[in-house]
Amino acid sequence: MKASRSTQLFWIAGAILIILYALIPVFWIVSLSFKAGDDITNKQFLPTVWSWENYKTVFASDLFTTALRNSVGMSIIATTISVILATLAAYAISRLEFPGKRLVLGVALAITVFPVIAIATPLFNLWRTIGLYDTWLGLIIPYLSYSLPLSVYVLSAFFREIPWEMEQAAQVDGATAWQAFRRVIVPLAAPGVFTAAILTFFAVWNDFVFGITLTSSEAARPVPAALAFFQGASQFSQPTAPIAAAAVVVTIPVVILVLLFQRKIVAGLTNGAVKG
Amino acid sequence: MSAIEMRNIVKEYGDGFKAVNDVSLDIADGEFMILVGPSGCGKSTLLRMIVGLEDITSGDMLIGGDRVNEKAPRDRNLSMVFQNYALYPHLTVFENIAFPLRLMKGISEDEIKRRVSEAAGMLELNEHLDRKPANLSGGQRQRVAMGRAIVRQVNAFLFDEPLSNLDAKLRGQMRTEISRMQRRLGTTTVYVTHDQTEAMTLGDRVAVLRRGYLQQVASPRELYEQPVNMFVAGFIGSPPMNFMPAVVTGDRLKLPFLEVGLPSSAAGQVSDGQLLIAGMRPDHFEDARLLDPVKRERGAIFRARVDVTEWLGDSQYAYLPFESNPEVAKQLADLAAELDSEALRTQLIISIDAMSRLRENHEGEFWADTDRMHLFDPKTGINLTRDEAAAADLASLEQEELADRRGELAK
Repeated sequence: MKASRSTQLFWIAGAILIILYALIPVFWIVSLSFKAGDDITNKQFLPTVWSWENYKTVFASDLFTTALRNSVGMSIIATTISVILATLAAYAISRLEFPGKRLVLGVALAITVFPVIAIATPLFNLWRTIGLYDTWLGLIIPYLSYSLPLSVYVLSAFFREIPWEMEQAAQVDGATAWQAFRRVIVPLAAPGVFTAAILTFFAVWNDFVFGITLTSSEAARPVPAALAFFQGASQFSQPTAPIAAAAVVVTIPVVILVLLFQRKIVAGLTNGAVKG
Repeated sequence: MSAIEMRNIVKEYGDGFKAVNDVSLDIADGEFMILVGPSGCGKSTLLRMIVGLEDITSGDMLIGGDRVNEKAPRDRNLSMVFQNYALYPHLTVFENIAFPLRLMKGISEDEIKRRVSEAAGMLELNEHLDRKPANLSGGQRQRVAMGRAIVRQVNAFLFDEPLSNLDAKLRGQMRTEISRMQRRLGTTTVYVTHDQTEAMTLGDRVAVLRRGYLQQVASPRELYEQPVNMFVAGFIGSPPMNFMPAVVTGDRLKLPFLEVGLPSSAAGQVSDGQLLIAGMRPDHFEDARLLDPVKRERGAIFRARVDVTEWLGDSQYAYLPFESNPEVAKQLADLAAELDSEALRTQLIISIDAMSRLRENHEGEFWADTDRMHLFDPKTGINLTRDEAAAADLASLEQEELADRRGELAK
């Protein structure tokens, strides 16, 4: 089918409009991050002079570099644990019959719609009492409780797509349930595992509420929370430009991740497994 | 290689539905056994109970003399070809075939290579070993699934309708291929199908199932010539056996179109005036004009109007409509429904010489080989004229053939 010229133009114009709408704030941040000193008041979109000054400020401050280390560390740990647990849980949910199976999925969905802020205060008190306040573990635990349900949901959908015969064939071929899972099911669910991993990583990386309520020092404070503590060159100047620079820095890993794994997220690996 | 014995196997589901009911079946070492029946007859369930993917509610399953009811599939040392092949899409053809070997301990890489290339050679897959299943044609995938089954030494091969996803031409080729492979390896094989051509051509013996009950286990020839009941008679053979109402009058039998003497084998079991169902195969008829005079003596001649003829080059079918009585018509409609078909009208389908120039909507003269006619009890469906002596003869022939083949393999 060939679309007529006018409809084609319509779609292209629409696409450009939406892309601009999404990208202008990003360009604005990038542009801000290159404005040195008082240049942010220049009333122009682009900086008068392109300068790396803000980036130097950002990397020179301990506040940012330790926060970056915290963010990277906690995101990786939380993502790994979350994906491993979610893979096992989702497999059980999609393949085994056990009482309360629907309840588990229902609760998982309910947790994802639960407002984060609602548990932040209770956790703050609880963590202070048991000594988890201002530690990595103290943040990783609530991260897991929010990312696991979503991962389980995504992965159980992927597992359901894999034909039962795959495992049965493996069992007949001499595999134990674990071997069938590891050698057949996990490779086939790889796109789902990557999707779940990326979603979890984003959620943890971008977290602000837990980061600001459950930390008090640089010991565990992640980047989004640390940005709020930035100070300007003097007490009276707003640190807008350095914050913009820091925001650009933390966006880069996310963009790289998406570019790296977008091929992996493409479903359809199960092509050719069965008749067709 | 092992014999498989089933003793009073029952499969009952949670809702009380019995998919397999008291099936006892002995499959000899090296035998090719077919499980056949219309959909929902329990044949696939039975196969899955042999391989261990389905629990056995009661009864004993013995493979090579060992009871395997509680054994996991991987401990039964069987291999299975699934209806949809169930290839591992993330592995190459080589790795797919090698998969069962990789799961076994203590096999060297060289040994794996040797065995895979041997299996691939047998199935002519050598040039595809590095490809992924997604890039193969249906027939090639089918062969990979078979390669995975034959790559290790197993007690038995199990096939679950392996050819039903292939087109007709390929199906014919693969059928021969499976037969050749089984003869060459001499491995006990259980093969589930609903296609009766496969059942007739592949099997040493065929087990016909109906609603979870075993109807008859016999060689294809015996099933065709000496069926135990109307269900087996109607299921085996294509076009199917013709069923007609037959009324006993004295020592004569009144059928549509013709009247014959009551067969001696049925004489003691029927009373005067009783309604029976007569079964005659399409190939037990002939156009009287083209008949071998020697045969003429043996049967009966009758005249009938031809409704439709189908000329196929090598053979020809003629359709002769007749009026049936309502009781028989209902019986036949029920049977047809059970056989996954539909009884549209009561008619004789007869196979006549392709040379015959019978014209549609004209009367013709036909010959029927009434000696080979079967009579069924309309209530129970039991065959009243089954010749046990002939059946035993056919069974012993089949036994001899299997013994012959085993002898050949042993050499």
